[in-house]
Amino acid sequence: MSTTAENVIEISGLRKQFAVGRGKRRRTVHALDDVSLAVADGSCLAVVGESGSGKTTLARILVGLESADGGEVVLAGRPVARRPRRAERRARARDIQMVFQDPNGSLNRRRTVEAAIKEVLAAHHRVTGDEARRRVGELLDQVGLRPAHARALPGELSGGQQQRVAIARALAAEPRVLVLDEAVAALDVSVQAQVLNLLAEIRQARRLTYLFITHDLSVVRQVSEEVVVMRQGRIVERGSTDEVLDRPRHAYTMLLRDSAPRPGWRPRLSTGADAREVEA
Amino acid sequence: MTAQTLDRPAVRRRGGDLAERLGPLGLAALAVVALITLAALCAPLITSHDPAVGSVIERYQGPSAEHLLGTDQSGRDLLARLLYGARTSLLGAAVVVLLAGAGGALLALVAAWFGRTVDALVGRVLDLLFAFPNLLLAILAVAVFGTGLGQVTVALAIAYVPYTARVLRSVALRERRLGYVQAAELQGLSGLVVSVRHILPNIAPQILTGAAINFGYAMIDLAALSFLGLGVQPPTADWGLMVSQGKDSLLQGHPQQSVFAGVCIVVAVAAFSVIGERLGGRKAGGRA
Ligand SMILES: Nc1ncnc2c1ncn2[C@@H]1O[C@H](COP(=O)(O)OP(=O)(O)OP(=O)(O)O)[C@@H](O)[C@H]1O
Ligand SMILES: [Mg+2]
Repeated sequence: MSTTAENVIEISGLRKQFAVGRGKRRRTVHALDDVSLAVADGSCLAVVGESGSGKTTLARILVGLESADGGEVVLAGRPVARRPRRAERRARARDIQMVFQDPNGSLNRRRTVEAAIKEVLAAHHRVTGDEARRRVGELLDQVGLRPAHARALPGELSGGQQQRVAIARALAAEPRVLVLDEAVAALDVSVQAQVLNLLAEIRQARRLTYLFITHDLSVVRQVSEEVVVMRQGRIVERGSTDEVLDRPRHAYTMLLRDSAPRPGWRPRLSTGADAREVEA
Repeated sequence: MTAQTLDRPAVRRRGGDLAERLGPLGLAALAVVALITLAALCAPLITSHDPAVGSVIERYQGPSAEHLLGTDQSGRDLLARLLYGARTSLLGAAVVVLLAGAGGALLALVAAWFGRTVDALVGRVLDLLFAFPNLLLAILAVAVFGTGLGQVTVALAIAYVPYTARVLRSVALRERRLGYVQAAELQGLSGLVVSVRHILPNIAPQILTGAAINFGYAMIDLAALSFLGLGVQPPTADWGLMVSQGKDSLLQGHPQQSVFAGVCIVVAVAAFSVIGERLGGRKAGGRA
């Protein structure tokens, strides 16, 4: 493992359990089970894994929306509280921000784009009035939106535009790290590509660190040099993207890779009924 | 780029949407409510009679130019009593609905924000309140604090809280999990700020719909309590009280008072129910 100075995120032995079900069917789910991870400053680390493998839980603990049961998180050289209180969350938000999966729900449908971004500006940088308006314009420009979008309500924007606003809102805090939890999963492939390009540009321009959570291996290749593979709350493999995806060492990674549609992938058509369904 | 046509002005036709959801019947109901409210507010302009004063020699008169709807057992003008009675009936129900809506929303927001144990605790309190029939709670309040509109209004409001809180809690929980609330929480904003600034406006439609439904129920319950002599006290005019006081006259062959007041109650309650039903029906924060 490398030293603290160059790692903006250092996680060791992170644990999180959830109690699910009631009565006799009650059981504990190990959402995170001894997860250790370091992310170099300015890098982009992709986190892949099937549904329920603990990716979102990891992200939520990192940004302080959830408290860990055990383990340690060091963010920008500072250990963070296990049970974050409000002031601590606010301080942490200046280092790390998050973009959520559902573009629709990630913006308040009754507040304008401008209001959403201004709220973050005011919370972290005490920027208000004309200065705030100017900053909103800059941020919108950076995410490829026009000044006119400032007064739009989320319902008047497309999914891709909504996600751009969510990115602008996260950038308003001027964080060092951006956690993107399935940030493009809900978008059409062409819009996905645009947003991915935008994210790459922004990372370059602002020297940001990304933790890019996805279950889509084709997206991983586009965004990231490095990838960790999670399964049932554990990290089962880590390495450079090409290495892990082309020569997976872990059986689970192979399974994940082989079950993902790739270029040249064709659905196997066994019966006539299936074929009709696929064509329909 | 993806910056599509946003050049069309961002027109939001809130009013248009409302009219669409209400439909013709709902709009008619809204008109009835507006008319009753207006009549209650303008009572002194419509009639010059005092609703509380009458002369015994003028009792049980039929409709005339002087008394358009006739008089009651004490010779008081029935139209004046209906108009001023609308004030008491509407005001009482409005206070019940307002208090119940505020209490329900508060409990829902607290439960949704803190979750886990707090949510479970709120659930228990609601279960407990559900166990008491509305009128029983009001009668209990009267037994402890004495008769009067204030006492029964507050008691009814408390009895209505679980109905509003139950529905509002589930919508607030849904909002709580959405990205915009999580994003605000992540910035270290306080629960109060996030709840009031972000969640409350998004559950406001359900609060309003619940209020419309509850309004009708509150009018019935308040009328019933007045009828039982526990709510509004004579000589104040009130529809429920008028039905009750008309009982004896009814037996003596003068049904006007009970009938007029009863019709007013039925029409008002029906109008509020239609509006509530049209706005969101059972899914909203009302008494089901
Ligand atoms: N608030 C919660 N309460 C109970 N169980 C939870 C909670 N959050 C997560 N879990 C459980 O923890 C496990 C990991 O969930 P998590 O959301 O982190 O997975 P994920 O990798 O993000 O999955 P997906 O790809 O579907 O988003 C799952 O089994 C999930 O059911
Ligand atoms: Mg997830």
